[in-house]
Amino acid sequence: MADNTKGRRDFMGMALGGFTALGGIGALYAMKRTWDPLPSVKAAGFTTIDVSAAQENVLNVEKWRGKPIFVLKKSKDMKPDDRDVIVGSDRFLVAVGLCTHLGCIPAYAADEHKFKCACHGGEFDASGHQIFGPPPSPLEIPPFKVEGTKVVLGEEGPEYKKMKEAGLTA
Amino acid sequence: MAHFDENAKPFSQKWLDERLAVSTLKRVLSTEYWIPKNINFLWAMGMVLAATFGLLLVSGIMLLMYYKPDVNLAFDSVNYTIMSEVGYGWLWRHIHGVGASVVFLIIYIHMFVGIYYGSYKRGRELIWLSGMLLFVTFSAEAFSGYMLPWGQMSYWAGMVITNLFSGGSLEAYGLVEWIRGDYVPGDAFLTRFFMLHVLLLPLVIIGLIVLHFGTLRIPHVNNQDGEEFDFEEAAELYKAGKVKESKVIPFNPVFLSKDVFVMGIYFIFFFYLVFYHFEFAMDPVNFDPADGLKTPPHIYPEWYFLWSYEILRPFSKDLGLIAFAIAQVIFFMLPFLDKSPNVAPASRRGLFKYWFWIMLVDMIILTFMGKLPPQGIWNTIGLVAALLFFALWIALPIITKLEKKL
Ligand code: FES
Repeated sequence: MADNTKGRRDFMGMALGGFTALGGIGALYAMKRTWDPLPSVKAAGFTTIDVSAAQENVLNVEKWRGKPIFVLKKSKDMKPDDRDVIVGSDRFLVAVGLCTHLGCIPAYAADEHKFKCACHGGEFDASGHQIFGPPPSPLEIPPFKVEGTKVVLGEEGPEYKKMKEAGLTA
Repeated sequence: MAHFDENAKPFSQKWLDERLAVSTLKRVLSTEYWIPKNINFLWAMGMVLAATFGLLLVSGIMLLMYYKPDVNLAFDSVNYTIMSEVGYGWLWRHIHGVGASVVFLIIYIHMFVGIYYGSYKRGRELIWLSGMLLFVTFSAEAFSGYMLPWGQMSYWAGMVITNLFSGGSLEAYGLVEWIRGDYVPGDAFLTRFFMLHVLLLPLVIIGLIVLHFGTLRIPHVNNQDGEEFDFEEAAELYKAGKVKESKVIPFNPVFLSKDVFVMGIYFIFFFYLVFYHFEFAMDPVNFDPADGLKTPPHIYPEWYFLWSYEILRPFSKDLGLIAFAIAQVIFFMLPFLDKSPNVAPASRRGLFKYWFWIMLVDMIILTFMGKLPPQGIWNTIGLVAALLFFALWIALPIITKLEKKL
């Protein structure tokens, strides 16, 4: 008799434990999903930038998915780079304007052809390569597609795919 | 069922005793909660903290009534509605802002008093651990609150701190976006930090305060000499009227009177800041509305985070993150890294007395360097101070092992 009750209690304990664990996992999953970005945020769409009027060595800052995008038309004296976005006969730096260290916006020093991040002193050259300080990688290139004199951000064009395969951007 | 006296008048002492055990509660929590005699004013910091937390809670509730957690409305609801429309809204905001800053000053004093007198050692490890948990939760509370006015520093501090979670492979899992609920700090970010700041974290803090007080009950408060004695014996002496011979006093009303005196002085200082120097707790940059397309030229956290921020700075990204993470949790390890058998003030211990002061000065240097722009000589000093910080922790078990038993 005594053994019998113990067996039943153990069973009830395990059943309760099992159901609690199951419910707990379900609840945790629901909580995780609640914290996920909303669909409307994810669908934040595309940004089209017309670069035909861009001037050499003048930094334009556009906005895409809330992030600043650097668009810099390279002048002849800046060395070409594999990461340049070519529109017609012009070369452009198109990059997410957030320092790859901790995400501050670097400022452009036009006379030195350098981006300087004030937060922890990181520096990037005009092609977006990190040349000084703590940033671990070059400025990120957003997915883009070239259409005539326009650059569409958010869409992966063939040029972008090539860069990505070559490991030029994350 | 217990025995209930039919003649007890409702809400009389006896009536309450039978239902709530109020006399027992009072005895256990105050009149027979024994405090050692030889402790100085630095031991009042616990009650000072509790009182400051109370002020933060009340002022926070007042602010909550007019604050709007929405990226378009937040800035004006704070800087216009609360500051100039709501009657005495400025008062609550100043109390809340000054309180949030000063509470860290007192926490640091409280911590370093504990370190100096060895109050984290044998028997009191849980007091120390629960206290450190409180420190970490307070840090999260302060950070989430800093987001709410949605000024430039709020936005960029949010950007930089959440980017800490992009270290190494974490980025690949989209952890940063998950925390923010967006690609950049936006509405989802603001509302979830609002929830954390006004509900979840305060609940955790209150729970931890109860735990922290609970951990004190059995090992009892340490004293100025680290002396170990029998509290029960000492309490018997006190109760027998031998107040002079006894080593303890009851918390209430005897020790509390000292606490109240220290609090009195503290609140003069506190309200002096609230009424005349509230700007020290408010960064001018945060009076510009958040702008995701413009980083302020120099980003730094509030003063109480500067030392750990500076430890992050001189290293490369991943190394910096690891250093930063270690700095955040290393103080938890203190009771286990200090191998000395002595519970005594630092001044009577061996090399530990130098360790204590070097650590304190090093953290002050880190704090100053964290505020200065990252250039030239400041970089070098920051790097040396950061390395010294880790060297000190590595040295701790060795130098305390060498210590002779007192
Ligand atoms: S965020 Fe740019 S150097 Fe740290």
